[in-house]
Amino acid sequence: MATDRILVVAESYAGKALPVSLELLTKARQLAGTVEAVTWGTPSDTAAVASQLAGFGATKIYSVGDLGAALPGVPVAAAIEALVQQSGPPDAILIPTTYDGRDIAGRLSVRLDRSVLTNVVGITSHDGALVSEHAIFGGSEVLKARFTGAAPAIFVVRAKSFAAEESADAGRAAPEVVTVDVPDTGPTNTGATNTATVTARHVEERTGPKLDEATVVVSGGRGLGEAGRYQLIEELAKLLHGAPGASRAIVDAGWVPYAYQVGQTGKTVKPTVYIAAGISGATQHMVGMKGSKNIVAINKDAEAPIFAIADLGIVGDVQKVLPKLIEALKARS
Amino acid sequence: MKIAVCVKQVPDTASPGKLDPTTHTLERTGKLMLDPSDEFGVEMALQLVQQAGGGEVTLVSMAPHGEVSGLRTALAMGADKAILVSDESLQGSDALGTAKVLAKALQRVQPDLILAATESTDGYTGTLPVQVAELLGLPSITFAKRVRVEGDKVLVDRQTEAGYDEVESPLPALVTVTAGVVEPRYPSFKGIMAAKNRPIDQLKVADLDLSTDDVGWHGAGQEIVSVEPAEARQAGEIVVDEGDGHERIVAFLEQLKVI
Ligand SMILES: Cc1cc2nc3c(=O)[nH]c(=O)nc-3n(C[C@H](O)[C@H](O)[C@H](O)COP(=O)(O)OP(=O)(O)OC[C@H]3O[C@@H](n4cnc5c(N)ncnc54)[C@H](O)[C@@H]3O)c2cc1C
Ligand SMILES: Nc1ncnc2c1ncn2[C@@H]1O[C@H](COP(=O)(O)O)[C@@H](O)[C@H]1O
Repeated sequence: MATDRILVVAESYAGKALPVSLELLTKARQLAGTVEAVTWGTPSDTAAVASQLAGFGATKIYSVGDLGAALPGVPVAAAIEALVQQSGPPDAILIPTTYDGRDIAGRLSVRLDRSVLTNVVGITSHDGALVSEHAIFGGSEVLKARFTGAAPAIFVVRAKSFAAEESADAGRAAPEVVTVDVPDTGPTNTGATNTATVTARHVEERTGPKLDEATVVVSGGRGLGEAGRYQLIEELAKLLHGAPGASRAIVDAGWVPYAYQVGQTGKTVKPTVYIAAGISGATQHMVGMKGSKNIVAINKDAEAPIFAIADLGIVGDVQKVLPKLIEALKARS
Repeated sequence: MKIAVCVKQVPDTASPGKLDPTTHTLERTGKLMLDPSDEFGVEMALQLVQQAGGGEVTLVSMAPHGEVSGLRTALAMGADKAILVSDESLQGSDALGTAKVLAKALQRVQPDLILAATESTDGYTGTLPVQVAELLGLPSITFAKRVRVEGDKVLVDRQTEAGYDEVESPLPALVTVTAGVVEPRYPSFKGIMAAKNRPIDQLKVADLDLSTDDVGWHGAGQEIVSVEPAEARQAGEIVVDEGDGHERIVAFLEQLKVI
């Protein structure tokens, strides 16, 4: 039972494939002979995204088209269901762990009556069957799982689980782009389930690199003491051309938006350097940053769990260390 | 307005979980508590019913051993009643199996609005609520950081990668709320006393017009292969700041050629 065909749900934003879409394509290429992708957006965005996806190994790209004000969950799941009915099930469907990806996975799971494996951080092939890996208990243990029923296996994969690498024969052939229709009636009926509409979109401006793409991440936690001191984190991140992050404690306290959160229920980051300031190192935080190449921790409690994984640990007060560090870096530039 | 809230009862979140050595599933033998993530849904429901000028909040939960302690907590916060599905045959259910059970239970309530958390504390698959919505043929809006009801519509500010979207949907609908959407109240003494008399309807799989083939170990379409320790990360150098801590960090960053 070899893996022949994998379908990747390739999410994009403003005419560019999300990095996680390219990571999933790269992995799919290693696992299966045929890699296809499903994407959605305006015709011009789709054209741009399609050539990018082809560069990472997708030989056929199914376009669901412009979704307008609809949320992607229902129409994209309906389109995939239609694809499965028309051309048979792929061995696996890889979906990114994003806001919309999880909606698509949930809808698709019911439409195909297949269960879903979520929070996947690795996929390997054992005797032709795909086995998923999941980080549990703060990443201290790895759980492996597999599907027992008929194909397709549906995996919802966390960003940064795989490296994205362009395909060697990229650019050789133009990608085949196929439009999939999502009828309002019939077996893929989207009907009442598709009545939620987006009435306005708000973009919160952030300068500097994105949290999950930055080579340096500076995160702050409750040890900062008060919301105003998060400014130290932002300043340090800026000086290092990095992105500011946060523990859940200060997100829940309303100091910073949820988009800053690193960890089990936030983002996974794997920068060259991760600086944790005033963060204790709860398992749910560590699972999101343990994969960083180098970790620096500043905490006044020598017993803080974060020190167990730090390459450089400073037992000290963030209120003293951070301002001095900022001054020293300013003096150099 | 009738609101149903999916509430999960989970092992004590303060102590680390343990896996059953043979089944590799999370041990749920001890006493369970209301999932802290679900306190937000319960509070949201109570506030929306109050704003609507009346209605009813029904809790829906699936849990082993007839567990009700988490439900009592939510009833003490002010929910009116609860449905608990507890059955031996549900052991081993995956998210899809659980969704099938909850969907059947929710059909008995016929709510205008269903609330759930974006993800549970112990399972955090985060797909279950949307599976429920699909089974019931309802629209869903996930990751709500603000929820209002106006007439027969629900209006939601939905968290996105770039910021947030304003999304609206006709009722009935399902909405998942993020932590922090509202500030959950603490149950008052009066609430705790009142909760003792609020009804909890206990159901079995047979009551739900569901086949035992769809749920439990039978219905699960996935299995755990193994659980192994992850590669440990070596701890590095720990130094006590004597006023020179920042210099150590600068030297470290230099060595990595980050600066
Ligand atoms: C289901 C679930 C999911 C979760 N998901 C996440 C997640 O995605 N991400 C996440 O981060 N958390 C998550 N958490 C929460 C997590 O368990 C911790 O509560 C949280 O990470 C703690 O944040 P913290 O380290 O900032 O705060 P604390 O644990 O309070 O630690 C603060 C630290 O600061 C130190 N400190 C205090 N003052 C100073 C000072 N002046 N100088 C230096 N150090 C100081 C203290 O010694 C302490 O170690 C989750 C929890 C649950 C139950
Ligand atoms: N057994 C359950 N009983 C009631 N609600 C549940 C149950 N499992 C999950 N939920 C709801 O669905 C949300 C997401 O769960 P999960 O998919 O496990 O992350 C939870 O936060 C609950 O609101």
